[in-house]
Amino acid sequence: MLELREITKRFGDVLANDHVNIVVKPGTIHAIVGENGAGKSTAMRIAYGFYTPDSGEILVDGQVRDIRSPHDAIALGIGMVHQHFMLVETMTVAENIVLGAEPGSALELDLKNAAAQIRQLSEEFKLAVNPHEPVEHLSVGQQQRVELLKALYRHARLLILDEPTAVLTPLEVEEFFGILRRMREQGKTVIIITHKLSEVLAISDEVTVMRDGKVVGRVQTKDTNAAELARMMVGREVLLRVEKPEPHAGETALEVRNLSVITSTGAKRVDDISFKVHAGEIVGIAGVEGNGQTELIEALAGLVDPAYITGEMLADGKNLNSLGARVRRELGIAHIPEDRHRRGLLLEFSLAENSILGVHYRPPIAAYAGNIFLDENAIQKRATEIIEGFDVRPRNAALPARALSGGNQQKLIIGREYHVHPKVLLVSQPTRGVDIGAIEFIHRQLVTLRDRGCAILLVSAELEEVTSLSDRLLIIHEGRIAGEVDPKVATLEEIGLLMTRGH
Amino acid sequence: MTKLARELLFPLIAVLAAFIVGGILILLVGDNPLDTYRLLLGAALSWPDGIGYTLFQATPLIFTGLAVLVGFRCGLFNIGAEGQLYIAAFATAWVGITFAGWSSWLLIPLCFAAAILTGAFWGAIPGVLKARFGSHEVINTIMLNFIAVALVSYFTQYHYKVPGDPIMETATIGPGAHIPRFGRFIPNFPERIPLNVAFLLALLCCLLVYLFLWRTKWGYEIRATGSNPSAAEYGGISIRKQIVLAMAVSGGLAGMVAINEVLGYRYRYYDGFSDNYGFTGIAVALLGRNHPVGVILAALLFAVLQHGGIYVDGFSEHVTKDIVQVLQGIIILFVAAESFFKWLVGRVRPVERLRA
Repeated sequence: MLELREITKRFGDVLANDHVNIVVKPGTIHAIVGENGAGKSTAMRIAYGFYTPDSGEILVDGQVRDIRSPHDAIALGIGMVHQHFMLVETMTVAENIVLGAEPGSALELDLKNAAAQIRQLSEEFKLAVNPHEPVEHLSVGQQQRVELLKALYRHARLLILDEPTAVLTPLEVEEFFGILRRMREQGKTVIIITHKLSEVLAISDEVTVMRDGKVVGRVQTKDTNAAELARMMVGREVLLRVEKPEPHAGETALEVRNLSVITSTGAKRVDDISFKVHAGEIVGIAGVEGNGQTELIEALAGLVDPAYITGEMLADGKNLNSLGARVRRELGIAHIPEDRHRRGLLLEFSLAENSILGVHYRPPIAAYAGNIFLDENAIQKRATEIIEGFDVRPRNAALPARALSGGNQQKLIIGREYHVHPKVLLVSQPTRGVDIGAIEFIHRQLVTLRDRGCAILLVSAELEEVTSLSDRLLIIHEGRIAGEVDPKVATLEEIGLLMTRGH
Repeated sequence: MTKLARELLFPLIAVLAAFIVGGILILLVGDNPLDTYRLLLGAALSWPDGIGYTLFQATPLIFTGLAVLVGFRCGLFNIGAEGQLYIAAFATAWVGITFAGWSSWLLIPLCFAAAILTGAFWGAIPGVLKARFGSHEVINTIMLNFIAVALVSYFTQYHYKVPGDPIMETATIGPGAHIPRFGRFIPNFPERIPLNVAFLLALLCCLLVYLFLWRTKWGYEIRATGSNPSAAEYGGISIRKQIVLAMAVSGGLAGMVAINEVLGYRYRYYDGFSDNYGFTGIAVALLGRNHPVGVILAALLFAVLQHGGIYVDGFSEHVTKDIVQVLQGIIILFVAAESFFKWLVGRVRPVERLRA
């Protein structure tokens, strides 16, 4: 169906694609995997006409084709769904879908016909999308299906999906895979770009592995496994399963008693939760996203207005309720937030300036004249320690945080929070959007910190992560603790049921 | 391209483009643009009057530019510098009149304090309103401009005007409150030119604002709040405090215009003295890319235009000093359209973003 032959593309000094060869057979689901920066998206954008290759050729249905723009690609039956949706929120599904290919005459938009067509497509692939619904009313998962419909409406035979599951909840991922399988049954070809190995194994027929702009492997999915794929992606052995010694749990470091959190609109997001975290253990909280995890962690970090909180939060027996974020930090509570762009980083600030957030007001960072001025040397020293200790790349403290990849941004945050030797660490989605190599590193660091006696509360949407890291596992459902399981013996099915049904 | 060059590029393009578009307008009116510009620059840069008046005009613009800059760096849009400087000027004059007999050693610091603290107070009001009730500072600063102007006009008219004086102005301040003009130190520089030590103070303030914002923990907190309030909050920074602090510092800087005006120039409060300094300060901060050095350069440019404009009025055939307004307007338009230029540059030489 699609073949890339010896494709090379250079951006400035960076060789993004180096003699890339990819063959996608018709009627299959083909996964392209690799770490961030491996060249997966570049190769696919070339196939979709976003970029023109410096050399090499593209074959569609066995014929060499000159694809100079997405327009050419669409004419050849190639559609692409981007990681960030390109939808007009205020328009309806049908209006969005016909946008750029409006039916009817120049003066009159024939939406009726289009809507009927969309409905038919939606039924054919069981997408359950109402053409007349405004897009802003749709969930993320539904919006993604609108993007699929957009491509199908333009008669795409080959669909390229860039990190399609990044925005989906575990349940939505299952549904989404069902849709992809139906598409394959109907004879469509699907290319899925991802770095999540479990998904590759679950959905694809064939896998192409890329690393540093080159294709390093091409295998049938049934003949491979996660460890082999990870080794190809990273170029060395990777431990997918966290290895950790038995915990030595000590005193209670963090305690939550009958905690409830409401939003400003009065919705109860955390509902009468009680638990303890001891020094030297990792307590995991598993749950479908949006079941109160965010509010729980933010409440503990001191980022929720106390007026919206009832119940008690205690660290080392001291009541935290009325204390602000700064005082909680001083008490040894560190926080790795779930959204590093919103909470964790000052994107325009340099790495050095980011490395002092939270300790910027006290010695050794603040010095001279009653600790008013920032000590440039102390800042550089701290930044260097974090950057080198946590392998943040590129190793240039003067760069703005924005210039870093997601994994390196996360390492910077983790390094910063480790540097204060916390007694309690609140961690949310520590490896979201992070490369496999970095995930392994981050997991190891969390275990090391635990073994130094830190109490860790871990929230993650990755079930595998939260079960393999946690010493005890709580399941949260609609703001309540639905149960506690021993992560060593509990099955994923058992946990999954608690997550979705609450009992 | 170095960082500095990049920072300078767009303001330079904006200024250049303004002069080109302005030149076309001058041609249409029927004058020679080169002659007009020569007249404008020649007048503004002549010694001693041109340079003296230009620097004098630049002084309030540096203060208000800095005021707007500090607000911007905290994510706040202080449109209230105009009101802050009016209130401050009146308070400064009041102190200068009330304690007229005091010696300079006491009176000048007292007047400085009056200028800075009154401006800071007036600036802090919208800061508190935003921090406490979430009401938007743009609305509140604009409203407070009207209140400030009305308030000082009232006091001037009914309480502090010299009986029989047809002009809306107060009595003069005590001689102890006068700050020296440049003519006192520089040979062949007449003392009638009102350029005074407030100009040096303005330059000093640029350095202080730089140190404050980039070298102190308070500045870090203000900038962090401006860059990403959620992350600042996460880092244990009280956003509310930063909003009030930034607005107070901003107002204090705007209030320092009073030092130039009351202590160095008219020696009294003169109603309606401000030539929209507070609003021009917004343009100065924008053109100066919210950096103290940029503010100095932008303030100088605007002062050149304003002072040179007077001569254009008097000496050219058709063009009036309104051309200055046109040039300023176009500069602001082009600065605001920076993203358009970036897009244009991107079209000419595609800078492809790397994403894999």
